[in-house]
Amino acid sequence: MSLLAVEDLSVEFRTRRGVARVLDRVSLGIERGQTLGVVGESGCGKSVTALAMLRLIASPPGRITGGRVHFDGRDLLALSEDEMRQVRGNRVSMIFQEPMTSLNPAYTVGDQIAESVRLHQGLTRREAIERAAQMLDAVSIPDPARRVHEYPHQFSGGMRQRVMIAMALACQPDLLVADEPTTALDVTVQAQIFDLISELREKTGTAVMLITHDMGAVAEMTDRVAVMYAGHVVESAAVADVLREPLHPYTRGLIACAPGARTVAPGQLLDEIPGTVPSLVERGAGCLFAERCAHVQPRCRAELPPHSEPAPGRTVMCWLHTQ
Amino acid sequence: MSTEALSPWREAWRVFSSNKAAVLGLLMLAVVAATMVFGPGLYGVSAFDIAGAPFTAPFTDPKLWLGTDYLGRDVLAGVLIGGRATVLVGLSAAAVAVTIGVTIGALAGYFGGWVDLALSRVTELFQVLPALLFAMVLVTLFRPSLTVVVFAIGVVAWTGTARLARAEFLRLTHLEFANAARALGAGHLRLMLREILPNALPPLIVSATLIVGAAILFEAGLSFLGLSDPNVMSWGLMIGSNRRNILECWWAVTFPGAMIFATVLAVSLIGDGLNDALNPKLHLR
Repeated sequence: MSLLAVEDLSVEFRTRRGVARVLDRVSLGIERGQTLGVVGESGCGKSVTALAMLRLIASPPGRITGGRVHFDGRDLLALSEDEMRQVRGNRVSMIFQEPMTSLNPAYTVGDQIAESVRLHQGLTRREAIERAAQMLDAVSIPDPARRVHEYPHQFSGGMRQRVMIAMALACQPDLLVADEPTTALDVTVQAQIFDLISELREKTGTAVMLITHDMGAVAEMTDRVAVMYAGHVVESAAVADVLREPLHPYTRGLIACAPGARTVAPGQLLDEIPGTVPSLVERGAGCLFAERCAHVQPRCRAELPPHSEPAPGRTVMCWLHTQ
Repeated sequence: MSTEALSPWREAWRVFSSNKAAVLGLLMLAVVAATMVFGPGLYGVSAFDIAGAPFTAPFTDPKLWLGTDYLGRDVLAGVLIGGRATVLVGLSAAAVAVTIGVTIGALAGYFGGWVDLALSRVTELFQVLPALLFAMVLVTLFRPSLTVVVFAIGVVAWTGTARLARAEFLRLTHLEFANAARALGAGHLRLMLREILPNALPPLIVSATLIVGAAILFEAGLSFLGLSDPNVMSWGLMIGSNRRNILECWWAVTFPGAMIFATVLAVSLIGDGLNDALNPKLHLR
């Protein structure tokens, strides 16, 4: 059985202009120890999916309107708030985009790592600080015994993201959700952080859900990939299959956009997907990608395509692949 | 890194201690505190006893340095012991005010929505009530005692702190580190007390200091109007009971007044110094 299976998760946000359906029957799954990449452009619902899984959507204005989140045999959406707190940080951890502001400036990094261990595993203060130093060591921060007593402002951005990872992994969770963990970092540091996550995953067997818009990172790091567009999972498959033969026109566009996917002569522009993500408040009847799609047919504008399974373990949501 | 790792509080002390006005305030407060803690015991004269002829001017009788008031009570004895009630009431009232203010502001800022709406309206309601009149009403409703005065002042003085705490919580609740703590399994209470409050403390500490000064003035004002415990000598009570004879014995009013002035000034200087020391954006000046 999968470690995590999200089924038909729907989320709505009430806005001034009306109700925006931000997630529409999103389904995805992660096996134990696997890495799932979730890709898509800004506003497609990647982060909301992760937050909704952990029931961290601010409500109001957000609301989970349907679906199930099976995690290790339990439906997280049916748990009490107390039970949910035992899951967060302990079984499922999350790291965020902004390492510069994700640490509490009022405490030493050691205290902050120790905090979650004490909260969930009932260690004493001294044991917890010791564990914090071990974790700093595990994320390759030099001189952990000294740095455990330092404050976040004494760390660089990349180092802070390492601290965040140490914090997230301190309780040995089954799943680490990494929400664009490298967006705010330099390119060289990005590679280091990705390497660190892969290394720790191999060492600890923690499954990873990597949210990113970097196709290159997905290709290198993940086992499976779910492509999201305007609140739908439009394609999901093993990463090798998607890279070899993307089925959805949007996935094809994403891969073509990635620099390095093919050689570009100097002066030649990179490919782009024309247009922008449509309004989620006034959804039409048809496929939301229709206005930007090169293969659009009359049917696309009239009816939303179903999720079809062109091959085992592979789904796509496009009229081109319904047979 | 070559720089020594200083904790935020040590760093704040470094900035504070380099501020001359703030250190002066601290020294003044230390002198005032020492006076009222040790003064009465060393001097050994009761502030309520008749010590000499009424209206004895200061520095005329070697036994009565600061003279006597209209009843013949020793002014120096009153000045020495009167600070206890005044400062005690000032501190306790400020504690009450800050507790109410931080609680209400924190709940409003953290939860937002209708909780914020309701609590903010309550705060505004208290804000538009004339503070001194409201405190007077509260004191006259009950028998004037130190406890009643403390609560009366506390109940009228919390609104500024509440607004400040609300603003800080509003800002900090949606910062990434609060979200990160939530994602690591922290509950509401833990988030408010352990994650957000420590970051909101600097401005709140400054505001608390200023409330102490205001509360001391308030206590003096209530005593002046005769609305404090008549059995406890305080600077305000001394000024109040001698106010009809202010021209005949100016000293019975001036010396306690000067003590109130010095205490409030000291507290304000300290508050100002704390403001500079605890505000990280001012460190680079």
